[in-house]
Amino acid sequence: MRRQLWMASVAIAASVAFGSPLSAKTLVYCSEGSPEGFNPSLYTAGTTFDASSHPIFNRLAEFERGSTNVIPGLAESWSASEDGLEYTFKLRKGVKFHTTKDFTPTRDFNADDVIFSFERQGNKDHPFHKVSGGSYEYFEGMSMSEIIETVEKVDDYTVKFILSKPEAPFIANLAMDFASILSAEYADQMMKAGTPEQIDLAPVGTGPFQLQQYQKDAVIRYKANADYWGGKAPIDTLIFAITPDASVRYQKLKAGECHVMPYPNPADIEAMKSDSDVNLLEQEGLNVGYLAFNTEKAPFTDKRVRQALNMAVDKQAIIEAVFQGAGKIAKNPIPPTIWSYNESTKDYAYDPEGAKKLLAEAGVSGLKTNIWAMPVQRPYNPNARRMAELIQADWAKVGVEAEIVTFEWGEYLKRSKAGEHDTVLLGWTGDNGDPDNFLYVLLGCDAAVGGTNRARWCHKPFDDLLQQAKQTADPAERTRLYEEAQLIFKEEAPWVTIAHSVVSMPVRNEVVDYRVHPLGGHIFYGVDLK
Amino acid sequence: MLKFILTRIGLLIPTFIGVTIISFTFIRLLPGDPIELMAGERGIAPERHAQLMAQFGFDKPIWEQYLVFMGRLLNGDLGVSIVTKKPIFDEFFTLFPATLELALFAIVFAVVLGLPAGIIAGVKRGSVFDHTVMGISLTGFSMPIFWWGLLLIIFFSGILGWTPVSGRISVLYYFEPVTGFMLIDTLLSDEEGAFRSAVSHLILPAIVLGTIPLAVIARQTRSAMLEVLSEDYVRTARAKGLPPSRVVGLHALRNALIPVITVIGLQVGVLLAGAILTETIFAWPGIGKWMVDSISRRDYPSVQGGLMLIAAFVMLVNLIVDLLYGLINPRIRYAR
Repeated sequence: MRRQLWMASVAIAASVAFGSPLSAKTLVYCSEGSPEGFNPSLYTAGTTFDASSHPIFNRLAEFERGSTNVIPGLAESWSASEDGLEYTFKLRKGVKFHTTKDFTPTRDFNADDVIFSFERQGNKDHPFHKVSGGSYEYFEGMSMSEIIETVEKVDDYTVKFILSKPEAPFIANLAMDFASILSAEYADQMMKAGTPEQIDLAPVGTGPFQLQQYQKDAVIRYKANADYWGGKAPIDTLIFAITPDASVRYQKLKAGECHVMPYPNPADIEAMKSDSDVNLLEQEGLNVGYLAFNTEKAPFTDKRVRQALNMAVDKQAIIEAVFQGAGKIAKNPIPPTIWSYNESTKDYAYDPEGAKKLLAEAGVSGLKTNIWAMPVQRPYNPNARRMAELIQADWAKVGVEAEIVTFEWGEYLKRSKAGEHDTVLLGWTGDNGDPDNFLYVLLGCDAAVGGTNRARWCHKPFDDLLQQAKQTADPAERTRLYEEAQLIFKEEAPWVTIAHSVVSMPVRNEVVDYRVHPLGGHIFYGVDLK
Repeated sequence: MLKFILTRIGLLIPTFIGVTIISFTFIRLLPGDPIELMAGERGIAPERHAQLMAQFGFDKPIWEQYLVFMGRLLNGDLGVSIVTKKPIFDEFFTLFPATLELALFAIVFAVVLGLPAGIIAGVKRGSVFDHTVMGISLTGFSMPIFWWGLLLIIFFSGILGWTPVSGRISVLYYFEPVTGFMLIDTLLSDEEGAFRSAVSHLILPAIVLGTIPLAVIARQTRSAMLEVLSEDYVRTARAKGLPPSRVVGLHALRNALIPVITVIGLQVGVLLAGAILTETIFAWPGIGKWMVDSISRRDYPSVQGGLMLIAAFVMLVNLIVDLLYGLINPRIRYAR
């Protein structure tokens, strides 16, 4: 009993201490998990990028906060040669790397750092290539090792990239997390000290925040970089309080234990909207959820069948039941927030009768097929099982019997890549805001066999447009090509385009100027507290 | 006594080998491989996939991987996590103190409340107190941990504002951990109020994790008490005119404690299992959460190494419990 009393008194005392608001310029972000590490080029998870590339590092080009526009970063300006094979970057002067307990920079950022950061990833003989496991999945995934022929230092503040083929989205690629610039001087010192992996564990960057402390699964602490080239951040300390459960994150937000939280539980959204302490920011996500037909398997080889099954799906019902309203019907394979989105595309209207007619025309009756449903929740599809059930019911109305199939996530990805499915639910979240990152990656011929093109759809007129767009520098011309490609896509119907989800970010009222980033990252430079 | 201890330890060796085989094989029986999961929707080229599998040694037959693993284990090396690239030992011992601290408080909570409640319920069998305790403990035993945790958070942290929602300490305190035990580290640090903050963060998770053991201990104590109280020697003690407090407290309790200690020992496994959920709800940086993450990422080295260390710990605790019996009850140590 005495112990109970003691505990109760402690609880009350603690609550008094705890009731006080968070100190003036410390922003606490209730993040969803631990980063895999602190070098963004070694990893692919958004959680890792939030903790590493955004606060600690910069890239040559950057995405403007809250948009997909590419703006100068560590490069002040750049120019491309006529044939699109040479890019010259003028680097920013006077940029300081962080000073840490292990490292005091003796020089400013320069061309050597750029060369080091790209050579490490692209050159298999580079002394740092194999350090820390040496897998650069994003660099490889964006085909950078094929695209970049060499990186040359022209002088201390000029760098030239020679490409092996024209690649219009190249600059946007350089704004991606994996292209973060590390300090070559720090790397040299650590190599000499015999602890090269230290550069990935105790990161040194040029970014707006400097890492102070990381305790796995508990907390990450940063202090504002007073010498930041873009000016010191309005907040002094940035803390990530790692909180895996979404409902608990919301409780913390309500209690004032954190200011911003990602990935709210859909069931909590209504309560957040009516919460007077919380401001619910919303933005259309840069994503698409789709159902891909395996166009190599009959009868999905016939575009009439694909069109008919498009007409048979009631998308509005899916938006309401699966996305609980937090989604928008997709008619194009790219989301409306991306440039070159074709407004004039006409989606297949929900028309079961028309679908039946079209199926009969194609000579298909009593079709038995399957729908693969992902076992995981993703931003582009919060509940694939439910979505599959709705589609199954819709198809049953036009005489198509579909069985729902699911596998463990890794297995699901592997088997669908191998083309074992008839139809498969999947989706995509954009990496760099370029239409090529959706259209070419998901629907190009190169990815059609054993790649990310789950429809295994290789349609020459469509692919030609994408190839042409890759080699065109003029944005207006590229827009035209992509708009045309979207019309062909709709006519050929390799997918049922289902939805673009809306991303919700609850932030407390005292947070000033937080912007939801369309590429999915959580960025705190520029955010202030009242 | 020495022979008794040595036999107990000897019995642990085959158990331990069994555990290594199981922890090693089971994670590999799960479908999906770590590389595919790491790549996600983006996918990975088959050559690159094969290259990475070979780099981690996952392309070899399971028995060969197992022998390599055991070989390294004998040298005290559990390998490195394929996700964080850090040694498993480091990962484990950074997180383990958090789990241990939480489990200790949970078991203290369970024993401090469960033991007296069980004794009184046993002595006053059939009374209102007895029925209440048994009713509550049945409820506690059947409580889904996740729901219970969230409920307590919403009530005590959300509505009343008495306790913080989650974490081990307010994130505003900044000091480097020394021992990994927050209560000790906060005392070592010169941050004012840190200790109080750490204690307040420990209350709810300890209650949530301690609830099931509390229920089990209360019920076990009660039934052991009932059994012992009907023994002849208790009747004799009563007949000798000893005061009831002495009969219960000295004669009955000592014998009733044997099954209770067994149960407390067995609760260590329950605590570690419950820690998985409790740690996830309360954002408690312990090994439960780490194991779940490692399994979902198919981080084979972390899973096999982590499970093995956890099993070793549970076996150690059970060994201690076994030895404790011997101390409490001489019949046990002479029987073998």
